[in-house]
Amino acid sequence: MALLNITSPHTHGANRTGRVMRLVVYATFPGIAALTHFFGIGVLINVLLASITCVAFEAAVMKLRQRPVMFYLADCSALVTGILIGVSLPAYCPWWLIVSASFIAIVLAKQLYGGMGFNPFNPAMVAYALLLVSFPLQMTSWPTPLPLLPDGQATLSLVAALDKIFFGTQIDGYSSATVLDIMKQNAGLTLNDLYKKEAVFDGRWAGAGWEWVNIAFLIGGIYLLYKKVFTWHAPVSMLAALTVMAALFYDSGSSNSSGSPIFHLLSGATMLGAFFIVTDPVTSAVSNKGRIVYGASIGVLIYVIRSWGTSYPDGVAFAVLLLNFASPFIDYYTTPRTYGHKKPRRATDSTPRDGH
Amino acid sequence: MSDVNYKEIIEKGIWSNNPALVQVLGLCPLLAVSSTVVNALGLGLATLLVLTTTNSAVSLLRHYVSDAIRLPAFVMIIASAVTCIELLMKAYTYELYQILGLFIPLIVTNCAVLGRADAFASKHTLAPAAVDGFMMGFGFLLVLVCVGAVRELLGTGHIFADMHLLFGESARSWQLNVFGADYPNMIFALLPPGAFIVVGFLIALKNIIDAHIKKRAEAQKAEPVKGSKRVRTTGSVA
Repeated sequence: MALLNITSPHTHGANRTGRVMRLVVYATFPGIAALTHFFGIGVLINVLLASITCVAFEAAVMKLRQRPVMFYLADCSALVTGILIGVSLPAYCPWWLIVSASFIAIVLAKQLYGGMGFNPFNPAMVAYALLLVSFPLQMTSWPTPLPLLPDGQATLSLVAALDKIFFGTQIDGYSSATVLDIMKQNAGLTLNDLYKKEAVFDGRWAGAGWEWVNIAFLIGGIYLLYKKVFTWHAPVSMLAALTVMAALFYDSGSSNSSGSPIFHLLSGATMLGAFFIVTDPVTSAVSNKGRIVYGASIGVLIYVIRSWGTSYPDGVAFAVLLLNFASPFIDYYTTPRTYGHKKPRRATDSTPRDGH
Repeated sequence: MSDVNYKEIIEKGIWSNNPALVQVLGLCPLLAVSSTVVNALGLGLATLLVLTTTNSAVSLLRHYVSDAIRLPAFVMIIASAVTCIELLMKAYTYELYQILGLFIPLIVTNCAVLGRADAFASKHTLAPAAVDGFMMGFGFLLVLVCVGAVRELLGTGHIFADMHLLFGESARSWQLNVFGADYPNMIFALLPPGAFIVVGFLIALKNIIDAHIKKRAEAQKAEPVKGSKRVRTTGSVA
């Protein structure tokens, strides 16, 4: 009898990175759908434009670096970066903002550091933070969500949207402050009064439109968890830390408070950050214990920047970048114990191993 | 030291041993004051003057300073030169002096100045030392102005603004509005991280040009062999 003689490893998956990245792309669909429902066609144009330019920049750099272009494009990591840029930049923002975001993310933050797997910072977040610092006005003008539009008015038509994006045609009263902006500028109102005064809080839990966007991203994230694309440690500890911080400083809604835990969980970029940014395998800490520290620190920092920061309403990008910077340090102190050893080895320990 | 190659000194200062692009010295002023062309030019000229005077002075005094205390002595010379430049700038370009502020006294700590004094001026006669100081300063000035131009252009959309601070009232009209009035200012380029990125790109550009030159030189060296290169290795033609 002839037996097939195959050596280990016996289980293998073809092109794991590509598969994982494609799953991440699918998981963003609920979020994109919710964003499109509340803000209109501009979100889709954003995502499309950002994905195309990211993939184009990736291909161009690969050609310059004389690497196989199709091999690297097939891992879809540029596509994921593009989609993340597309959903985090405001809908109907000018086209050059998207193109420069793609350039910064792919060329500066990813390829100049050596490409896929070598970038210390999350490319999409580098692009977002750099543009937020450079162009605060364009980066914070989110359109008014659907529930707050006057009766009978729909979101922008395709033609009007393209006009706005590519030719900068001004549209009256299309943008409005997000809940986080209003919370930031609140001076002296208790939360109950603020909720009554500002129409934008007219939602079920955390402001019109945004709560559903966050829930949609949460659904996508749970799908990824179910598919075992990442472990629960980083996202859950980030959300838990944010909840604890918000609960600690809620003080039953006085004017000093900056919102209830549920408000923080369902506003801004919380869920997008928790499941699509914090879980980036390249830039996060690697061990499970490290990921808990990493996620929790991001959660605390998000609350700190949102509540006590001086100028920016949301803090996901800055918190993630700071902890990207710190993740080698976290890894150093959270190295897991290897099987057969009593205690974990430090990364810098150069003494000979047992049995050598 | 009689056969000093001035051409080589000049070439080294501007290109192959440029203090900013190759030695990467003096990053602090390079990154901090290069947000506009006029700031960059002001500090670049000051550094150039300091480098030339200190190199000359160190070269003249090199036989009278013992090896053990040479560094403190050089620092004293540099500090006096910088003080003179500072007073000069206070007298002639007061507004620019106020804008550059602390970075003029800080020329003392620019490693390029002490580095040239120790590595070159203390081993050479007056003339080559002065030329070296001038060319090193000029190389630094060029990079500073390039970085300043790129950052001013990206950050504000115009270039050569406020040149009257350095060249008198007639230079006020030198400002060029390159991108027009509705250019959204890229504030990031004016911040220190923007300077890091611009300097990085300049270094990369220099390396590309160097690689190109090297490739061309090698291509020229391998001259085509005239006639057939084939050599008969077996048998012989009858």
